[in-house]
Amino acid sequence: MVGMTKRKTLFWLGVFLLPNLIGFLTFIGAPIVSSLIISFTDWDLLGEMQFTGFENYIRLVQDPEFWVAFRNTFLFILGYIPLVLIFGLACALLLNKQMKFRAFFRATFFLPVITSWVAVSLVWKWLYNPEYGLINYALSTVGIDGPMWLNDPDTAMIGIILTSAWKDIGFVMVLFLGGLQNISPSFYEAASIDGAGKARQLWNITIPLLAPTTFFVTIISMINSFQVFDQVMIMTGGGPGGSTVVMVQNIYNHAFRYFDMGYASAMSWALFLVIFLFTWIQMKYQDKGAN
Amino acid sequence: MKKIWLLSMLFLVAVIGLIGCSAEGSSEGSGDSGDGGNDGGTTEITYYSFSAAPNYEDVLAEMVAAFEEENPGITVTTELAAYDDYFTKLQTRLAGGNAPDVFELNYENFVQYASKGTLADLSSFIEEDEDFDPSALNQEAFEAYQYDGKQYGMVESFSNVLTFYNKELFDAAGVEYPTADWTWEDELAAAEQITDEENNVWGTYAPVTMNEYFKIAAQNGGQLFDENGNPTVDTPENLEAMNYMVDKVIDSGVSPSPAEMSGQAPADLFLNGQLGIVHTGIWMFDAFKDASFEWDVALEAGNTQKAHHFFANGLAVSADTDKKEAAYKFARFMSASEQAAELRVENSWELPAITDEAVLQPYLEQTPPENREAVFEALDSLVLPPVVENWSQISDVTDQEFEKALNGDKSTEDVIKTLQSEYEQILN
Repeated sequence: MVGMTKRKTLFWLGVFLLPNLIGFLTFIGAPIVSSLIISFTDWDLLGEMQFTGFENYIRLVQDPEFWVAFRNTFLFILGYIPLVLIFGLACALLLNKQMKFRAFFRATFFLPVITSWVAVSLVWKWLYNPEYGLINYALSTVGIDGPMWLNDPDTAMIGIILTSAWKDIGFVMVLFLGGLQNISPSFYEAASIDGAGKARQLWNITIPLLAPTTFFVTIISMINSFQVFDQVMIMTGGGPGGSTVVMVQNIYNHAFRYFDMGYASAMSWALFLVIFLFTWIQMKYQDKGAN
Repeated sequence: MKKIWLLSMLFLVAVIGLIGCSAEGSSEGSGDSGDGGNDGGTTEITYYSFSAAPNYEDVLAEMVAAFEEENPGITVTTELAAYDDYFTKLQTRLAGGNAPDVFELNYENFVQYASKGTLADLSSFIEEDEDFDPSALNQEAFEAYQYDGKQYGMVESFSNVLTFYNKELFDAAGVEYPTADWTWEDELAAAEQITDEENNVWGTYAPVTMNEYFKIAAQNGGQLFDENGNPTVDTPENLEAMNYMVDKVIDSGVSPSPAEMSGQAPADLFLNGQLGIVHTGIWMFDAFKDASFEWDVALEAGNTQKAHHFFANGLAVSADTDKKEAAYKFARFMSASEQAAELRVENSWELPAITDEAVLQPYLEQTPPENREAVFEALDSLVLPPVVENWSQISDVTDQEFEKALNGDKSTEDVIKTLQSEYEQILN
C-alpha cells in the first residue's frame, strides 16, 4: 500500500474485511455478547428478562449435576487424548514410509474424519449392541462374554471414547504426517552413522522434533473434546443413569429442553473459562519447554 | 493500539446496529400483519402442529380443506414438527416475536405457556360465539385448558393408555385373558407364565419412566405431588409402585431389560410376538392393525385402585397475533366441528373431544381391537399428569434415577430419597 495514508489503509482494510466481519459479528460476536448478558438473568425465552446478578454462577458451583458433567467430560478427555495421540502418531509413522498403496491407506484412515458424526454414532451404536452387535459377537467366538457397553454405566463412556478416537485418529495422523515431513532426513542419516537404532531415533529425534505438532494436536483435541456432544447425544443420550452426561449436553438440556437460558449461558461461560484455563496452562508449559 | 480501538469500535457499532435492526424489524412486522388482518380480504393464519407429524399429515390437510370451505375468508398454512423438536422451535419462535397464530399444546405443557402470558384468552370469543356449545365436548378435556378461570385453549383430541395383549401368547401359555378387574398380582402371574427367556419372549412391558410412574403410583393410591405442587414422592405407596415397576425387570425378569431391548421399540417387540402384554397408547391401534396374531386391549391392572393415563391435545392462539378472530375460528373448528371429529375417527387419529355418540359410533365398530369400549371405560379412572414447573427436567432426573435402579446400581429406597430431594431442589 505504498503512497496511501494510514487512514486510507485502515479504511480499505475495513472494506475488505467487511464480508467476513458481518458474518462474524452476526453469528458469533453478537451471540457471545448476548450470552454473557443472558447469563446474569433468569430468562426462559417466554417471560421477561430479570437480572439476577451472579445467582446463576453461584448455583452452578453448588449444582452436583454440573460437577457430574464436568467429571464425565474430564474422564472422556483422559481416555480420548492419549488414544488419539498414540495411535495418530503410530499411523503417521507407518504411513510416512515408502510403501505400496500408501495413498490408499492414508485415505482410508482419513475417511472416518469426513464422515458425519450422526452416521458414525448410529453405526457404532449397533456395533456395541450387547445382544446383536458385531463386537460382542466377535468376542464370543473367542469365548469372551462381552460387556454391556453402552447399557452399562461402567463401560458406556469407554464405548464413546473408543468411537471418538476411531473417528479422529485420521485427523491427528494427517497433522503428524505434516510434522514428520518437516524433519530433515539429515538428522536420521547422522544418527544412523552414529549407530543409533530405530527406537533410539524415534525417541531422540522424531519425538522431540515433533513437539510443536504434538502441542498443537493436544490443544486442538483438548478444546474439541471439552465440547464433545454429538456422539454422546446419539449414542447414549447421557445415560445410562447419567453416566455419560457431558458439559455441552448439560448446557443443551438446560437451554433447549428446560428453557433455562440464563443458567445455560452461565454454564457456557464456565465451560469457556475451563477451556481457556487449560489452553493457557499449556501455552505456559510450552514456552518453558521451548526454552 | 489504534487498530484495536478501531476494531472494537466497529464491533460495538455493529452490535448496536444489530440490536436496532431487530427491534425495528419486529415492530414493522407486527404493523404489516395488522394491516393484513383488517383489509377484509383473505386472512392467512399459520397452524403449527406436532400430533399430525408424521402419520396424519394427510388427515390434517383434509381438515384444513374442510375448514377453508366453511370459512372462505381464511386460509390456513400448516407447519409440522415432530414432538421432540416441536417445543424448542415453538419457544424460540415465541421469543423471537414470530409465533405461529395457532399452535398445538399438550396438557402437560399448556400451563407453562398460559402462565407466561403467551396465549390469548379465548373466553370472550366463546361467550360471543353462538355456534359453539362447550357442553358438546368432553368436560374434563375442555376444562383442562383453563387457567386462572379463563379459557386459553380448545381441546381437540385425547388419548389414553391401555393393556394391549397378544392372544396367541396367552393361549399358548394357557393363561386367561386380562379382565377389567385385573390387579398387579394377576398381571404378574400371567406374565410369569408367558415369559420364555430362551426364545426372548417376555410376559409384559411398560416403560420405566416418569410418564409411567405417576400412573402406577396412582394405581397404588399414591401421589407424586400434592395439590399445591409440592413433591410428596417419598411415601410407602410410591415406593411400592416403584418396586413393582423395577422388579419386573431386575427381579422376576418378566420384562426385558434395557440391554435385552437392545434399542428395539417395545411396539416392534410386540409386533414380533415377543411380548405378551405391552402398555401403550391407543394411538398404536393403527400400527398394530396388521399384526400377524390376534390381539385385544383391556383396562389397566390396578393395585388398590384403577388409574389410567389421560393425554389431551389442544389448540391455543398466540397472544401476539392480530388475527385472533380467525385463529379462534380455526381452533374451534378443530375442537368442536363434527367434520373434523369424523375425520379423526375414520383415521383412528386419537379420539375427538366431542362426546356425540353418533360421531363416535364408527370408532367403536372398527376392529381390532374388539374391546374398544375400554378406551371410554378408562376415562372413569383417569389420572392427569402432574402440572408442575420444569416438568421436563423432573422427568429427566427421574428417568435417570430409574436407569440406575434398573442397572442395580441403586436401591429403590435410595432412588426415592434422591427423587424427593431433587424435586424439591428443582422446584425451588
